Order: sequence, then C-alpha cells, then structure tokens
Amino acid sequence: MQNDSLFKTLPRVADGTVRVFIDGMPYQVPRGLNVAAALLANGPLACRTTVVSGAERAPFCMMGVCFDCLVEIDGVPNRQGCMTPVQDGMRVRRMQGARSIA
Amino acid sequence: MTLKHLDLLVIGAGPAGIAAGLEAQRHGLDTLVLDENAYPGGQIYRSVSHSPLADPSVLGADYLRGRALVDDFERSSVAYWPQTLAWQISQDKRVSVTRQDAGGGTLQIAARAIVLAGGAQERPFPVPGWTLPGVMGVGAAQTLLKACAMVPQAPMVLAGCGPLLYLFAWQLIRAGVGIRAILDTAERGSYRAALSHVGGALRSPSYLAKGWQLLRAIRRAGVTHIKHVEALRIVGEQQAEAVEYTVAGQVNRIETSLVLLHQGVIPNTQITRSIGCDHVWDDAQLCWRPRLDSWGETSVPDIFVAGDGGGIAGALAAEPSGRLAALQAAHRIGQLDAATRDSTASPLRAELARHNAIRPFLDTLYRPADGFRRPAADDTIVCRCEEVTAGEIRAMAKLGCVGPNQTKSFSRCGMGPCQGRFCGATVAELLADIQGKPVPEVGYYRIRPPIKPVTLGELAVAVPSPDGSVLPRAEFPK
Repeated sequence: MQNDSLFKTLPRVADGTVRVFIDGMPYQVPRGLNVAAALLANGPLACRTTVVSGAERAPFCMMGVCFDCLVEIDGVPNRQGCMTPVQDGMRVRRMQGARSIA
Repeated sequence: MTLKHLDLLVIGAGPAGIAAGLEAQRHGLDTLVLDENAYPGGQIYRSVSHSPLADPSVLGADYLRGRALVDDFERSSVAYWPQTLAWQISQDKRVSVTRQDAGGGTLQIAARAIVLAGGAQERPFPVPGWTLPGVMGVGAAQTLLKACAMVPQAPMVLAGCGPLLYLFAWQLIRAGVGIRAILDTAERGSYRAALSHVGGALRSPSYLAKGWQLLRAIRRAGVTHIKHVEALRIVGEQQAEAVEYTVAGQVNRIETSLVLLHQGVIPNTQITRSIGCDHVWDDAQLCWRPRLDSWGETSVPDIFVAGDGGGIAGALAAEPSGRLAALQAAHRIGQLDAATRDSTASPLRAELARHNAIRPFLDTLYRPADGFRRPAADDTIVCRCEEVTAGEIRAMAKLGCVGPNQTKSFSRCGMGPCQGRFCGATVAELLADIQGKPVPEVGYYRIRPPIKPVTLGELAVAVPSPDGSVLPRAEFPK
C-alpha cells in the first residue's frame, strides 16, 4: 500500500480492511478510512483533472471545504472523497475534466 | 417530506456543539446534534474516541483531553446524527437535512432555536502553485494523522505560520517523521508588535508556555527553521517538485514533493451567510465573522453561533461559548428563568474571557503578511475551482467591479463547487486594496442554499419520522 504514495501508515489499531475499487483496480484499505485518504494512500496522487484547464488536482483540505477531492463513487459523480467513508465493494473513479453532456 | 419538530438543533459536533448539546439537555430541551463527520469531536478532536492510531499519544495531551468531552457526549442521551448535512436554513428556523448514515435520505427539521457550531477552516494561502497535487493544508495533513493514522512518507516542507503549524511539526517529530524545513512567514516586526499585547497573554499563561515548549522541541529536534520568508512559489509540472522561497530579497529553492501550507484559520461563515445573518470584518483576525451578542445570538432571532464559527478563539473557548448559547436558547424556550441563566453564565463568561485574553497576542504575532493574503504575483490562482488569478481580479478591480458578486458575474470567480470558501476572503481583500476602500465596503459573496450539493436521489428519499409527521405531498410536482 505504500508504493509511490506521499503518505505512509503509522501502527494502527486492528480494525480489518475493506476492498475498494479505484478505477477498476481492487485495493485492500483499512476500514474507517475515507475515500480521499484511500486515494492518497495508494497513489497516484491526483484524483481528478479540473473542468477549466484540465490541471491535475489532489485532496487539499481533508475536511469538506475545498471540493478538490471530488470523485465518482458508485456511479455518482462529484462526491467529496474526504467526507465519504470507504465501504466494502465501493467503486471509486477519478474524474477527467468537465462532464460530457451528450 | 418528513418534518421533525425540536426545541434545539445544534449543527456541528465539535467542542462548541457538544457543549451546547449537553447544556441544553441539562435544561430539558429536546435537542438534536448533527454533524457531517462519522464521529463527534469536530476537527480539533477528530476521531478522538475512535482513534485509528495504536498510540494516539503522539498527538499530545491537548488532543487527548478532548476524549473526556466526547465520551461524555457519546454516553449522554442527547440525540446525535453523524454523517448528516444541513444544507438549507430559513430565517424561521426550518432546516433541510440529508443523512448519509442510517440508509440516507432527507427531512426537514423545525427547531425553536438553532446553535450553529460549524467551526473554522484553514485560511486561504494563495501562492503560485498552491493548486498542484502535493500541496495541502497543514490542517489537512493533521486530519490524515488523526482520522486515518497517515503521515508523510518522506520529509516535507511546512510553510507559513501560526500555532497549528508548530503543533503539527511537534506531532510529526513525536511520530518519527522527518521535516525537511519550516519556511516561517511570520513578519520581522510581528514579535515586537505582539509584545504590546503580552499583558493579555499573561492572563492565560498556559498558552504561552505551550507555545514556547513547541518551539523549543522543534529547535532541539534540529529542524531547519527559516524565518522571515517574504514570498513562496511551489513549482512542478504535474505535481509539486520544489518550493522557492524568498528571504531578504534572495530566492532559494528546496526540492520536495510535499508542501504543507498554513497561515491560521478563519470562521466558516457559509451557513450564517446563507441564512442572511449580519457579518462584520474583523481587522485583528483579518476575517469575516457573524455579528453576535454576548450569548452568541446572530442578527436573526433564536439562531446562535458558538465556537470558532463566531470568531477564532480555540477549542477551550468553544465549550463555554456553546454552553452560553444553549443557556439563552433554554431561556427563550421557557425552560430557564433569567436569574438561573445569568448565575450559570457568570463563571462561563469568566472562563471565556480567560481564553480570549491570549488572542490579541497570537493574532498579532501570527498575523498573515499582506503579500500572503493579497498575492503580488499576478499568475497566482485565487479561485481554485474556476482558476481565476490575482491578475484577473486586479484587472476587474481596475475596471470598476464594485464587489465579489460582480467579479463573480464577470469571471465565475467563487462560482465553483467550493462556493467561494477558498477565495472569498482573498477577493474581498484584493478589491479593497486596489480600490482603496475598507474591506466591509467591498463585501462578500451572496451565499445561497444548498450550501453543499445534494443529489436528486437523496432529496427523493424521505427519512421516516418517529412522530409520523409528513409535509404535504402537494409541495412536489406530481
């Protein structure tokens, strides 16, 4: 889980893991993590590209105010990753640029 | 839609909201505390009762202290809904609420009084490159430690100033995480200016002692602490690769893939703005805050603000502030006579005054420098969501844009998903500066509900009401 992540995990209380799919790839992540943290723990860093310039963005505030960690969760786009606890079987997708309307 | 009636609704389960809920219950109010997070504690005591850390003591005694408060709350019979968002509040105290827990769904709550305890957010720190992946708030990194037991993998750069930055540096040292450097943006003259407030600081000496201990521990750990940084620029293509900083006009560079920024916190005013409460610009704390009376009541009757959402005073001040709001709410609702209210309030006011006494000293010592609030470099992104730069704001100011609502119409600045939370203060200060006006004359965004997005699906699911009251279906199109 440490791979190219900017973050590592300190010793944790044992609480098991859940399986989360990030862009289709399965990851075992500690129960109780939020989606943004799961993304940061597993790299790559960026969770979306912006609708304006297409620049890469990653979680910034981790408390639900900046909206930089917007991702698609179980088919619903623009969810705040940092405010959403991971659940077993959850499917998370990074979002690319503006949503196509057609 | 389901309608629930209550005496007191408390929004936010940090120290202010918890204290308000517990106090309200003592006076027999039918009270509900709701909060967006999974556990009570707010940001300051985030996850304190459910810490993922095998050894939470790395966070220090001030954090662990919150455990007793949160335990009291969890053991109490105060109703508490986690993972619940209040996204619309009307002036007649009708609140639209969406729950993510318990199956999810939406309902309305009609409360006789409301205590808003939404706390603070990190102050915007607009420097070139602050939108790059690999740049986060110090508070964000600290939240990862508290809530997720995660710390930076490699030594990182901390840039800015303020108590939280030094506290987090100290926590990282205790957790055995290396710090590449602290780039300290406190201004050269700030220490001397703060000394004029030392009298107040000495009324709350434990704050001074703690601050001094943090700085001493950082020094002893041998962390590179570069002072009087005048400018910052984070450089990188796809993500942060280095930070360039200026000291005495000289530009230096540190290679790093993680930069953590912090220059204090400001009240989260989104909800009070959306209700239409009056706000004032605080020249000492350089932020907007709702105008409150001595109980924390806003300009809208029976709607109160407690804790840092009403002005930054810290976690220890949040508790008496929450209790004061609950006392007045209990009095209004007819559960508490004025004499008992006042005698209970008196020691709380003394406690609050003691904690507030340190603020002029801290506000002066860690006053964010002008150049870090009103970015000099025109290429600095001010509005992270719509990617509007300081140069564009300046150009609009020169065209005569009279306030943030007009720059919003011109450029979409403040119109993205964060709804201005991370640019509002900067835009107002930039406009005021260019036009030579005081910030209050420039004003702030008109904030409209929903203050966070809600899906149609969430709206369509009614939370079952225990008392069976349901709004007429005719309110919805057939």
